Amino acid sequence: MPDLMIELFSEEIPARMQKRAAEDLKKLVTNGLVEAGLTYASAGAFATPRRLALSVEGLLAESPTTVEERKGPRIDAPEKALAGFLRGAGVAKEDLGTVEEKKGTFYVAKITKQGRAAAPIIAEVLEKAIRNFPWPKAMRWGSGSLKWVRPLHSIICILSAEDGSDVVEFDIDGIASGRSTRGHRFMAPDAFDVVSFDDYSSKLKSAYVMLDATERADHIWHDATNQAFAQGLEVVEDAGLLAEVAGLVEWPVVLMGNIGADFLDLPPEVLQTSMKEHQKFFSVRNPKATGGDTGRIEKFVTVANRETADQGATILAGNEKVLSARLADAKFFWDNDIRTVEREGLEAMSGPLSNVTFHNKLGSQADRIGRIAALAREIAPIVGADADEAELAAKVAKADLSSEMVYEFPELQGIMGRYYAKKAGLSDAVADACRDHYSPLGPSDDVPTDPVSVAVALADKLDTLTGFWAIDEKPTGSKDPFALRRAALGVIRLILVNEARLPLLRCIHSQMRVLARKQMNTLNAEFFHKLEDFTEVLDLSLEVLGTGDVSFEGYADWLSEKKLPNPLTNLLSFFHDRLKVFLKDEGIRHDVIDACLAMDGADDITLLVKRARALSQTLATEDGANLIQGFKRANNILTQAEDKDGVEYSYGPDIKFAEDDAEKALFAALDTAETAIKPAMAAEDFEGAMSAMAAMRGAVDAFFDAVQVNSDNSVVRRNRLNLLGRIRDICLSVADLTKLDG
Amino acid sequence: MSQTVDKPRSFQEIILRLQAYWATKGCAVLQPYDMEVGAGTFHPATTLRSLGTNPWAAAYVQPSRRPTDGRYGENPNRLQHYYQYQVVIKPSPKDLQELYLGSLKAIGIDAELHDIRFVEDDWESPTLGAWGLGWEVWCDGMEVSQFTYFQQVGGHDCTPVSGELTYGLERLAMYILSVDHVMDMPFNDPSSPTPLTYGDVFKQTEEEYARHNFDAANTDKLLKNFEEAEAECHALLSVPADDPKTGKRIIMAHPAYDQCIKASHIFNLLDARGVISVTERQAYIGRVRTLAKACADAFVQTKAGGYMPEAAE
Repeated sequence: MPDLMIELFSEEIPARMQKRAAEDLKKLVTNGLVEAGLTYASAGAFATPRRLALSVEGLLAESPTTVEERKGPRIDAPEKALAGFLRGAGVAKEDLGTVEEKKGTFYVAKITKQGRAAAPIIAEVLEKAIRNFPWPKAMRWGSGSLKWVRPLHSIICILSAEDGSDVVEFDIDGIASGRSTRGHRFMAPDAFDVVSFDDYSSKLKSAYVMLDATERADHIWHDATNQAFAQGLEVVEDAGLLAEVAGLVEWPVVLMGNIGADFLDLPPEVLQTSMKEHQKFFSVRNPKATGGDTGRIEKFVTVANRETADQGATILAGNEKVLSARLADAKFFWDNDIRTVEREGLEAMSGPLSNVTFHNKLGSQADRIGRIAALAREIAPIVGADADEAELAAKVAKADLSSEMVYEFPELQGIMGRYYAKKAGLSDAVADACRDHYSPLGPSDDVPTDPVSVAVALADKLDTLTGFWAIDEKPTGSKDPFALRRAALGVIRLILVNEARLPLLRCIHSQMRVLARKQMNTLNAEFFHKLEDFTEVLDLSLEVLGTGDVSFEGYADWLSEKKLPNPLTNLLSFFHDRLKVFLKDEGIRHDVIDACLAMDGADDITLLVKRARALSQTLATEDGANLIQGFKRANNILTQAEDKDGVEYSYGPDIKFAEDDAEKALFAALDTAETAIKPAMAAEDFEGAMSAMAAMRGAVDAFFDAVQVNSDNSVVRRNRLNLLGRIRDICLSVADLTKLDG
Repeated sequence: MSQTVDKPRSFQEIILRLQAYWATKGCAVLQPYDMEVGAGTFHPATTLRSLGTNPWAAAYVQPSRRPTDGRYGENPNRLQHYYQYQVVIKPSPKDLQELYLGSLKAIGIDAELHDIRFVEDDWESPTLGAWGLGWEVWCDGMEVSQFTYFQQVGGHDCTPVSGELTYGLERLAMYILSVDHVMDMPFNDPSSPTPLTYGDVFKQTEEEYARHNFDAANTDKLLKNFEEAEAECHALLSVPADDPKTGKRIIMAHPAYDQCIKASHIFNLLDARGVISVTERQAYIGRVRTLAKACADAFVQTKAGGYMPEAAE
């Protein structure tokens, strides 16, 4: 069986697109071949900056001949129908057979699809793949109309077998397929012919091209770490950079160079970022030297695309020079920033932020910082932070946004803030908050635990959420341009990791109140149910309370008086939705959370999750699962009876009307449970409360086994219904079990 | 094949060698456009001539002004006035990369000793309504040129596609001549009777223009000038094509485009004076783009823009 080899040779393909392009080429070609009946044994795809290559082994030499039977019209159908059928099937009338069926005799055509040789099929499939290639961005060049990522120069397409190889001939916009390619742009620029994939990859190797990106990356990493190791140093790992650099070279040559002595004292993050972003250099650190947290960055590794007669000396000297110019800029920024901070303090640095718009409806960055500082102060005691320190931290946490360094390297926001805070003589807690208040960003990011950082991080995210809610920029479907889902998840994780007892509704309300005063004219009217109304409440409370504050309760009462939906709870349910997604990974079901949400304190995430975890655990026990069934049974009977009788059976049952032993035993079990549950609930010992609840299971089951609730004796019946009422009350005091599925 | 290339000795020698090189490769060597522009791309030889179907090949030095980049001549590599070398060829030839590498060799960069790389860089000019794909070209880790295949200019698809090469001359020359501060770079031959550095030629003007751009340019007047240029551009384009005096069909695409260039430079000055807010910024860019598009629309109606009266009739 023949092998197929394809190469698409072009001008430099962007590094970030190469891997995906190789996969797409493989998928498009092999799918096309298989659809046309050409199956194969194995396939592999490769990419370098200048070429995509595909090797398909063990391909069928031709597609199999297939025969299809197609049923036509009935033999007594009009001529026209028959003619149409013949045309469609491409057969003559005399070649038709017939088939007897219940509804009559029908014509049957046997349509034979002759197998085709592989070559024309490949030509069609490849041409289609090239014309429809899913590049993220494609372009035209010269006078042609073909689109490719960059100009496409040549195409190899050969079928090879043991007795030789043939070019699969086709032409696409003037580029004829062939068997010729070129090696390294500078080290082996001449064209050469190939006869098979093996021939291709070995000739490429001698023409200074490593075809396989993994091989290039491995080679780079191996050489880089060896060179560093020889000098007692280590390369800072960066998988993304390694992949990118491997996509920029066909013949990687690793060179290790020096960082000018003037720059070694720059923060390691600055060195690393400048070298990576501008120069695509790896950082090399000395683990034994002091500097950053894990040693000092002292050298760099660059990857050139060629060998030279001077062993890379010219290239390295050039790179060192370019780096010096870059770092001179960075040092200039650093020195200026430090001078500003030392002279005027960190808060002064944030001055220009009053001219920076955060969002045109939500004011400037400075407005936002003011709001965050106020909220951080409010949150501080709840998370165990000093209120003054938290407020100060919030005020300076974003000051570095107007530093020269962060202007140049936005990704250093926070990191620079920490350095500047230390230079300004602020406490470690404040400095750390500058860096950590953005965290957690991703779902697996570390969550800050220092109280000051926690207070500022929470305030930051809550202000964002309240603000965008207030201007009606909520996430919809897959659109979440302000990353509000991430912010809400961040709040949830901050609360849970630190076991903070944060009254979310109050916090949201605080922020909304501040926003309403400052940005009244730009907020979403609907959010406040007409701004005049809200102003009215503000004014009212000013009159009544002598303060400009609308109390949380006051606002909620006022809303419910006017029968208006509470926008605070709308944002709260957004948190609850995020929480459900978050807890799903822990194996906690949606309905379990719903059962807990119905209880008081649903805006206290710590309490909520504690309750949900306890309930989830209880449901996993045999007693727990059975008790829930018992509860449901009791609840069903009660609901029916209450509907029928038009009364609520919530009066205490009296043991003197108990007839059956099981009934009496239930009284005792309920007393025991209640005595245990009440203090447990008061102490927020949900596990204790729920296991006490689950312990009623035996008595409840026995009661249902032995006793007929709907007794003929109406006194006994009412007493029993009230007994069920007690079961219901006890159970519902733990969680709203009616919300549970099944 | 490795042969040492003799190194140029001055800034101007690098320019002269580029001129000579591209002349031998068939480009019309043009002179700078006589107006203030932000980059060589603004020269009508690039913006307008990359439109339409007529073949084109031009190379030129373009003095370029970026008022916000002024540093009073003190920064080693930032200038408010600098030179770009620009090559534009339509349709882009198949060997444009090789032609480009040849030009590097001509100015003393030997690809046998240096590491030359084509690193992805998509180009977009919101003011010109233009975009293209290509690379920044790196030599030993330094960006020495922009290499772009124009896809759209002034809102028009480029068919055929032009290839555009832009060399930042000061930076490139500093690298080749091993100079650390732009003002120290020899402008003419250091062994000539009157050796001049880049600083001798431009230190004075950098100081003066930095002060002018940041503090002195009259913003009220500039705002008015912007409006005037904008109005004039539209006015010129709305004049009927048939000239009553000559009886010829004359669309004034280039004079109108001059007003577009003027508006663009005034906008840059206003930006440097810090009187344009973030939101206004977008609006101004949009207004210049509208002018650029209108000029492009007009140019493709001219003979140079590929308009064929027979075909249109």
